[in-house]
Amino acid sequence: MAMLSFERKYRVRGGTLIGGDLFDFWIGPFYVGFFGVTCAFFSFVGTALILYGAAIGGTWNPWLINIAPPDLKYGLRLAPMREGGLWQMITICAIGAFVSWALRQAEISRKLGMGYHIPIAYGVAVFAYVTLVVIRPVLMGAWGHGFPYGIWSHLDWVSNVGYQYLHFHYNPAHMIAVTFFFTTVLALSLHGALVLSALNPPEGEPVKTAEHENTFFRDLIGYSIGTLGIHRLGLFLALSAGIWSAICIVISGPFWTRGWPEWWGWWLNLPIWR
Amino acid sequence: MSRFSLSIAAFVVALLGGVIFVTTFERPPVMSVQGGFRGLSMGEVQNPRMIPARLAANQVPEASEAADTTGPRAHEAYQNVQVLRDVSEAQFNRIMLAMTEWIAPNQGCGYCHNVENMASDEVYTKVVARRMLQMTHKINSEWATHVGQTGVTCYTCHRGNPVPTMVWSTEPNSRAGLQSPRGQNHPAASVGESSLPSDPFTPFLLGDQQIRNISTTSLPGRNSQNIMTTEWTYALMMHMSTSLGVNCTHCHNSRSFAEWAQSPPARTTAWHGIRMVRDINMSYIEPLKPLWARNPNGPAEGPHGPRLGAMGDPLKVNCATCHQGVNRPLNGAPMLRDFPELKQVNQGPLRSADATPR
Repeated sequence: MAMLSFERKYRVRGGTLIGGDLFDFWIGPFYVGFFGVTCAFFSFVGTALILYGAAIGGTWNPWLINIAPPDLKYGLRLAPMREGGLWQMITICAIGAFVSWALRQAEISRKLGMGYHIPIAYGVAVFAYVTLVVIRPVLMGAWGHGFPYGIWSHLDWVSNVGYQYLHFHYNPAHMIAVTFFFTTVLALSLHGALVLSALNPPEGEPVKTAEHENTFFRDLIGYSIGTLGIHRLGLFLALSAGIWSAICIVISGPFWTRGWPEWWGWWLNLPIWR
Repeated sequence: MSRFSLSIAAFVVALLGGVIFVTTFERPPVMSVQGGFRGLSMGEVQNPRMIPARLAANQVPEASEAADTTGPRAHEAYQNVQVLRDVSEAQFNRIMLAMTEWIAPNQGCGYCHNVENMASDEVYTKVVARRMLQMTHKINSEWATHVGQTGVTCYTCHRGNPVPTMVWSTEPNSRAGLQSPRGQNHPAASVGESSLPSDPFTPFLLGDQQIRNISTTSLPGRNSQNIMTTEWTYALMMHMSTSLGVNCTHCHNSRSFAEWAQSPPARTTAWHGIRMVRDINMSYIEPLKPLWARNPNGPAEGPHGPRLGAMGDPLKVNCATCHQGVNRPLNGAPMLRDFPELKQVNQGPLRSADATPR
């Protein structure tokens, strides 16, 4: 495959974390690396196991395919393949693939001499997944607390977990996470609208610059975070949303077993207004 | 702001957060019970360190030795015996002593009787007690769908108190703060400290309003359900959950709350329980209102305590009255088995609002 004109600049040798020069090559436009190999391995094995699980699951309806974790009685042990063992293997493959991908991103970052923003950002999403299927199940003492792999079945899991704590909107970390999600959307929409407006002036007007953008927000809210700052803010808001999501689920069960409204008793009983 | 004051601020925030986290949360290990197919996340999650206290708070007092069932009947041995007519004299005395221990351990016989003349009905609490015996009998004989063979005794609710501790009365409308006229927007213990309507009992456990919140149509227009009915329903459900020490998945698969085919069997028991509580409140508690209204602070000899709520209605029953935080009242101990006397209560003549102490 022919290289695009700018690609030569990005194909830098070295910077690998493991494997030295062995996997330091490209297949077409794709960098391979040691972690590219492990990622491909885990992805193929995991996908094959999912297909196997679907094949023995009794339905090929994509909405209904369900590969569920083991019964709680198996605790933190391995379960028989058809009774949740498959879920355990797929989880190992998924984590292997996700972590490989993050490390491959880190290698590419090193090649390009840039910061680790991208692997860290992606790592937060992986961390949220690991929280759901490893950290929380381990803290609660059974793999059965992980979520099932299926389009509808994982939604049923989400719903039931919420109702196990009566009213999830009273979960303090859930409140913070939801606020960060909404704020991410708000910031992104403000930023997107600003950029589109600056770059798409009315007929006959010149394209606006960053100075215009800053002035607009200084007029509107008295402050402009700036062209670089908005991306830092966006990253912070988005990652905080993910991190607080992970916190909100890991405290539900391991660190609180009752209804979430009841947790606020300490607030209601503060001596100031009790 | 300098870097130094920023780090002080960060330290203070972290310290505050740490203190809140350590003092307000629980910790692993926790105990969980699977309540459905694997991966469905139904079932109980409990803190094992809280279980001993809950067990201890719901112990049954030791039953006295069974009484001789032969000999003269109570109504032959004593005067003015109306509902425990057919038990033996020994059984009659045994159940009277048991009731004293269950209901008025500090006050003794004088709580319901004129001790100079035990046959007299002049103390109104004796008239109430007759009606309560009939109620207990009806619960055990006609509401087995809810109480099963375990049954109930006076102690299931009273627990050594003349007035059961977990009762409710209709709340006056309060508009304090941001409260809505239905007691909403204000956390209430009756609904598990949520800010849902704080008195779901009047419509659902005294009245028989439909407990519904699932739309039967996917489109608006003919949809009779709305957010308001949902909040009332959820308020009642919060009460049921916290009263029983269980979560929503004890009775529901939340993927479809309404669907009976997907609900655990406990939901059927709860459905009958709601009807049972309505029956208790409507047939037994409300009709006694005039008696309590005449003695709003209890019998003349005391102990004194309110018999009526803020709106002048009697103190009524909800799920917590019996359950008191556990799924099976008194940890499921079959206390009734030791008191066959409670199964021999005479249901007639029906006594109600007009039952005046003679």
